[in-house]
Amino acid sequence: MKNRLAGSTHAANRLTVWQRIVRDRWLYVLVLPGVLYYFIFKLMPMFGIIIAFQKYNPYLGFLNSPWVGFKNFNDFFNNPDFMRLLVNTLWISFLSIVFYFPAPIILALLLNEVRVSWYKRSVQTLVYIPHFLSWVIAYSIFYMLLTTDGGLVNLLIEKFGGEKIAFLSDKSWFRPLVIIQSIWKETGWGTIIFLAALASVDVEQYEAAVVDGAGRLRQLWHITLPAIKSTIIILLILRMGSVLNTGFEQIYLMSNSINRSVSQVFDTYVYQVGITQGSFSFATAVNLFKSIIGIILVYSTNFIAKKAGEATIF
Amino acid sequence: MQNNTVLSRIFDVCNYVFLLLYGLLCFFPFLYIVSASFADSAEIISRSIFLVPHNPTVAAYEYIISSPVLPRSLLVSIGVTFAGTVISMAVTMSMAYAVSKTYLVGRKIIMGFVTFTLVFSGGMIPTFLVVKMLGLIDHFAALILPVCVNTFNLIVIKNFFQRLPTELEDAARIDGCNDMRIFVNIVLPLSMPVIATFTLMYAVGYWNDYFNSLIYLNNTKKWPLQIMLRQIVMFSQGGIDEASVDEAYVKPPAQSIKMAVIVFGTLPILAVYPFLQKHFAKGVLLGSVKG
Repeated sequence: MKNRLAGSTHAANRLTVWQRIVRDRWLYVLVLPGVLYYFIFKLMPMFGIIIAFQKYNPYLGFLNSPWVGFKNFNDFFNNPDFMRLLVNTLWISFLSIVFYFPAPIILALLLNEVRVSWYKRSVQTLVYIPHFLSWVIAYSIFYMLLTTDGGLVNLLIEKFGGEKIAFLSDKSWFRPLVIIQSIWKETGWGTIIFLAALASVDVEQYEAAVVDGAGRLRQLWHITLPAIKSTIIILLILRMGSVLNTGFEQIYLMSNSINRSVSQVFDTYVYQVGITQGSFSFATAVNLFKSIIGIILVYSTNFIAKKAGEATIF
Repeated sequence: MQNNTVLSRIFDVCNYVFLLLYGLLCFFPFLYIVSASFADSAEIISRSIFLVPHNPTVAAYEYIISSPVLPRSLLVSIGVTFAGTVISMAVTMSMAYAVSKTYLVGRKIIMGFVTFTLVFSGGMIPTFLVVKMLGLIDHFAALILPVCVNTFNLIVIKNFFQRLPTELEDAARIDGCNDMRIFVNIVLPLSMPVIATFTLMYAVGYWNDYFNSLIYLNNTKKWPLQIMLRQIVMFSQGGIDEASVDEAYVKPPAQSIKMAVIVFGTLPILAVYPFLQKHFAKGVLLGSVKG
């Protein structure tokens, strides 16, 4: 009994490893289902990546399928799909970083200027809602509003004497719609982390600034923005890491045979080639390429931030 | 700290108005869908903006309830959400408790790998192949087991357990309780807010899931609501849609039927939203304090 107590006070050195494992047996019972989960559904797929270097045959399995080296990667880079996917993916990421990334920051700053707390809370209540709806619901709502077949937006356009716009099938509307949808769905939710950082700012700083004659813009520049700077940088580092991840569901739901040339991105391509066409090895190679670029980007952005003396994640 | 210059006043007014408009913009589309679901199609076409339909009718809902397709997928969704949430909570909470004990042998390896999964994963295809090897294709278990533990949730709950005072646990240990009993009888009752938060988070996740049904379920009879919903909403688009659905053929629905289906998919979320809102912000922030 004495030993068990010692365990929780970090003085377990006198016990052998085996004695400690026996002592903590119930903890191992508790951890087992979770460990099994991570082993089966996280670790095994990581080993499964080896099929990117094979010509995978379901009957032969992971271990016995013939090895082909970097053939799948070569095929992919020499495939005309590659450039198209890269351009489409980078376009969406670029637009998303320029328009969608700053949106929660701006909204949080605006909310921070609201002094009437019930008003602030009410707005927050409203703007968080879309986050909890699925992409299917979000897309369906957009669909019902934008369809040329009796959608609200097109009815309004017609009412004011305009021409119907085929938002959902017109290629040139695909990218703007993806960004608008993301902004609508996630901006409110994205403010939480910034508002928390802003809540920790000492009110005395603002009071001192007022005494020194600083206007609201100068308060924003010298007190408010520095308070959220490190949060912004950390989120930007993480965002850079997912430049090639556009998210699957939203894009998949929005894509159709008409806008395919602009809507197909790495994530939907992996699904299409892998799951629907069964080219498992090829699709895994595409996905691995994407993941490795992501890791390189995260580490290099992190490195640059560190060099610049900013907050980092590693 | 208020500056009462004219410019500052003007900014405040604009800001309040803008925030109100933006807030309404987040909610209006849904309000429109709800009210349109009670309208007859003629009305949807003739009057563009309305929040209260002139001739409210529940025909759309009657149609949905009487068709075999939607009640079935509603049941599937409810079942998967319930079972999934229970399993996820059980596995996540107990694992989090065990790894919150810094003296546990092997904890570093487990947490090292868990954290690694945040930056790197096997990806869609290898995970699919593992699920396939386990024979889970077309089983409801495929909607639950591959996403059973959410790593962010696990880390947040682990951090919560680590901050709990240990005196009670130590006292129980002197009284001869084993770790299992301590976890169930002492730690869990202390964790009710955390249990509420993450139960809701998992439930919303399972209810909203689309991806797993898409890749793991070929049998349309087993489709949950989200994937069925997309099929129904998109149906009149005919040729544009990729996945054809012959077995679960739905009579081409009118606008209001589609709207009503969307309401079905959203209602449970909005019903728990007040509870969600009370807890989620805390959940998000707990995690960001210390990773």
